[in-house]
Amino acid sequence: MARTTTEDAPARANKNIGKPSTYGATSKPRGGFELYSWYFFRISGVIIIFLVIVHLVVMHLTNDVSKTVYDFVANRYANPFWRVFDLVLLTLALLHGLNGLRIAIDDYIRPRTWRLVAQSTVWTIAVTFWLMGMMTIITFHPGTAGITNLFGLLK
Amino acid sequence: MYRGQSGMFSWLFHRISGLGILLFLLLHIVDITLLGFGPKVYNDSISIFSTWYIRIASLFLIAAVLYHGFNGIRIILVDFWPKLGVKYQSAMFYTVILITIAGWVPFAIFIVAPIFGGCLQSGGCQ
Repeated sequence: MARTTTEDAPARANKNIGKPSTYGATSKPRGGFELYSWYFFRISGVIIIFLVIVHLVVMHLTNDVSKTVYDFVANRYANPFWRVFDLVLLTLALLHGLNGLRIAIDDYIRPRTWRLVAQSTVWTIAVTFWLMGMMTIITFHPGTAGITNLFGLLK
Repeated sequence: MYRGQSGMFSWLFHRISGLGILLFLLLHIVDITLLGFGPKVYNDSISIFSTWYIRIASLFLIAAVLYHGFNGIRIILVDFWPKLGVKYQSAMFYTVILITIAGWVPFAIFIVAPIFGGCLQSGGCQ
C-alpha cells in the first residue's frame, strides 16, 4: 500500500513539538518587522496589564470617578512618579492598540490605495495623539490654564 | 458565517475588545487634554463621567479591558508553552471568561453604587 498522509503526519508533528509554535509551518520563519511587532504585542501587553489595573483601581475603586477632578490630578501630578507612570501607560497602550489596528486593516482592506489611506491615517493618529498626551502629562501645571495662555507665557 | 469554536470566538472578542479600547483611548486622550484649559473647563467637561449612563457604559469598557488582558495572557501561554497551551486552550478560554467576570463584579458594584446614593470608595464620592 502507498504511504498515506496519516503515516506521514505523526513524523511531521513530532518534529515541531517543544519548539515555539509554528502552526504547521515547516520552513524557517522570516523575521523582520512583523517578528518585532509579534514580540512587542506580548511584552507590552504584560506590562500594560499591571499599569492598567493600577490605573483602574486608583480611578474607580479607591476614588470615585466624580472625585477625579482638576485638583485630584494636580495632587497626583505633584509626584513625578505618576507622570512617568501615565507616560509609560500612554506610550505602550497607544502603540499596542494601533499596532493591532494596523493588523486588522491588513486583514480587511485589500485595494492598495485604500490601504495607503488607512495605514497613513493610523500613523497620523499615532503621532498626533501621542504628542497630545505627552504634552498634557509633561507640561500640566495647576494654576495655569496651560493651553489657553501658552503654558504661562501669556499670563 | 463560519461555525467556529472557542478558538475563533476568543480571537473575535479579543479583536473587538481591542479596537473598542483603542477607540476609548483616543477619546480619553482628548478629554484629558482639557486639563490644559484650566479647572473650570476640565471639571465641567468630565462631570459627564459621573452620570448614570456613562457609568453603565464604563462597565462595558472595564469588561473589555479585563477580557482583553486575561485572554492576552492565555495567548502568551499558548505561544510559549505549545505542548500544554494548545492542549488546554479551550479550558483556558473558559477560565478567562470566569476570571473576567470575577474581576468585573467588584468594579461594577463600586461604579454603580453612587447612582443609588451609596459610596464604597475610600476616597469618597462627590
